[in-house]
Amino acid sequence: MDVRAPSHPLRAAMRGRARPRGRRALLGWLYATPTAVFVVALFALPLLLVLKMAVSRWPLLAGDQGVNAPDNFVKAVDHRFFTDSVVFTVKYTVLATVLLLALGLGLALLVQESSRWNTLLRASFLIPSALGLASASLLFYVLYSPYASPLAPVMERLGLTFLDSPTAALVSTTFLIVWRYAGFYMVLMLVGLQGIPADVYEAARTDGATRWQTFRKVTLPLLRPTLALTTVLCVTGSLLAFEQFYILTKGGPDNSTVTVVQLIYLVAFQGQNDLGVAAALSVIVLVALVLVNALQLRAFRSEES
Amino acid sequence: MSVVSRSTATPGSAAPPPSDAAPSRPRRSRGVTVAGIALRTPYWVLTGSVGLIFLAPLLWTAVASVSPQAGTNQVDGWGFGNYATLASYQAGVWRYLANSAFVSLLTVTLTLLISFLGGYAFARFRFPGRNVLFMLTLAILMVPYATLLIPLYVLLTEVGLQNSLVGVALVLTMFQLPFATFLMRISFEAVPRELDEAAMVDGCSSFTALWRVLLPAVKPGLITVGLFAFLAAWNDFMAPLILINDTERMTLPLAVSNLRGQVQGVVDYGATEAGVVVLALPCIVLFLLLQRHYMRGFMSGALKG
Repeated sequence: MDVRAPSHPLRAAMRGRARPRGRRALLGWLYATPTAVFVVALFALPLLLVLKMAVSRWPLLAGDQGVNAPDNFVKAVDHRFFTDSVVFTVKYTVLATVLLLALGLGLALLVQESSRWNTLLRASFLIPSALGLASASLLFYVLYSPYASPLAPVMERLGLTFLDSPTAALVSTTFLIVWRYAGFYMVLMLVGLQGIPADVYEAARTDGATRWQTFRKVTLPLLRPTLALTTVLCVTGSLLAFEQFYILTKGGPDNSTVTVVQLIYLVAFQGQNDLGVAAALSVIVLVALVLVNALQLRAFRSEES
Repeated sequence: MSVVSRSTATPGSAAPPPSDAAPSRPRRSRGVTVAGIALRTPYWVLTGSVGLIFLAPLLWTAVASVSPQAGTNQVDGWGFGNYATLASYQAGVWRYLANSAFVSLLTVTLTLLISFLGGYAFARFRFPGRNVLFMLTLAILMVPYATLLIPLYVLLTEVGLQNSLVGVALVLTMFQLPFATFLMRISFEAVPRELDEAAMVDGCSSFTALWRVLLPAVKPGLITVGLFAFLAAWNDFMAPLILINDTERMTLPLAVSNLRGQVQGVVDYGATEAGVVVLALPCIVLFLLLQRHYMRGFMSGALKG
């Protein structure tokens, strides 16, 4: 049979052979089975288990010791680092999100014209994002150290350190994150900018709008879907920050940079070894994240209407 | 899909079109005048230095890892002393490289296999539970890493996969599934149905059609999925941190991170730099080779939001 036959006779031929619907469905399931197995065994099941663990006494080594609700949640909220870690995580999230979105958009505007030079620039902004977060954190761990850093003489002269005060540690870590992720957000912004039709700019120019006016009244409003997506991504990522602080600051100085996820790890595997409380914290984080994202999407949507 | 760019009007493009001084550049415009070059020089200097900020930490680490430095294994002259330290650290860098390679390759293989079959199922078949399964797969993105790793630690222990690289690879594969399944689904949907229908009319089974006809058509999608799976698995820190506690079985990021502060509490910064270079090198090479596929991955996510 001719492979290049027009589509309608082909469809008719298919129908002529009429595979029974049930057989198609069965085949579909067959191909989807590996996905289903992975999603159920490694996602749905753990999700149910974490709910169970959150209401059970569950020491790391001894395992399930029966229901004790709501002790784990009480212990989680009463943990001496709980409030501090929540406050710090929120502070870090706001800082990182504002900087990354502003810088991502700025870089995108800088390189959106197509030229060889800009292609080169885009690649150099994007290279750090190919590195793992752990590798990037290790790199900056050396870069920030007062011994091995190329900035050591400057640090000594100015009496500055990168990680020795809570504020410095926060700023230094944020710098690392901006370095690692700015290119990623730049690409997302570029995609958004590309979606704005050129004639809108043309019209703005004909009306005699200045650059700033065009940016405020044309670019920003039309970029809203992209801004919504990037904000959600950035807030989610920052609220779940772990590696950068675990490697760079180890939560210090004086436990001033312990994030919520670090607290979960701390409770579960370092010292306390209480998986029940860690699970309760995880559930709190999950619920908070879903709420925060729902609120953000709602805010962006209501602004639109 | 090529690199994102827009050659058309930019917001309020009062600035002259990009004028290139170098005669080798293909895109020359009327701005090639002395005044034009003078006007553009500050732009080149500014953007060039921003680009350098992104490249400098990487370049510095590479240079510092082979340069002489007190307190490391490379005190006099240039050489690979730091890499020698790395090679003999605990189980040795080869062991950790092998572990990381094993986890990465297994993750890539599983992710490709599952998302290839799953994407086909979601794009071409209607079966009961299809939408539920797809939404459930995407929901993995919504749940924090830590929230799943705590119960996964318990579950994997239950089935005898505690402290196992296979367990880590399974977990990492699950975390790759939302992106991979989504991308493979839209890749399959972009292929005209007539293609595989014709093959099936010719008597191919759906599997033969998938393997012979559709596989070449969705190859770019597979490359993107494989690249992202590799980068994620190679660089992942938190899953092995929680799931592995045997130094013999650590992956490279974990080993390099532990390397600090092993020698009587004194950090060997040189060896850490060498570790960062070994960690970063494959990622950067892959990034440079597959930049187009890398961009594609980001953009498909951004476009579909």
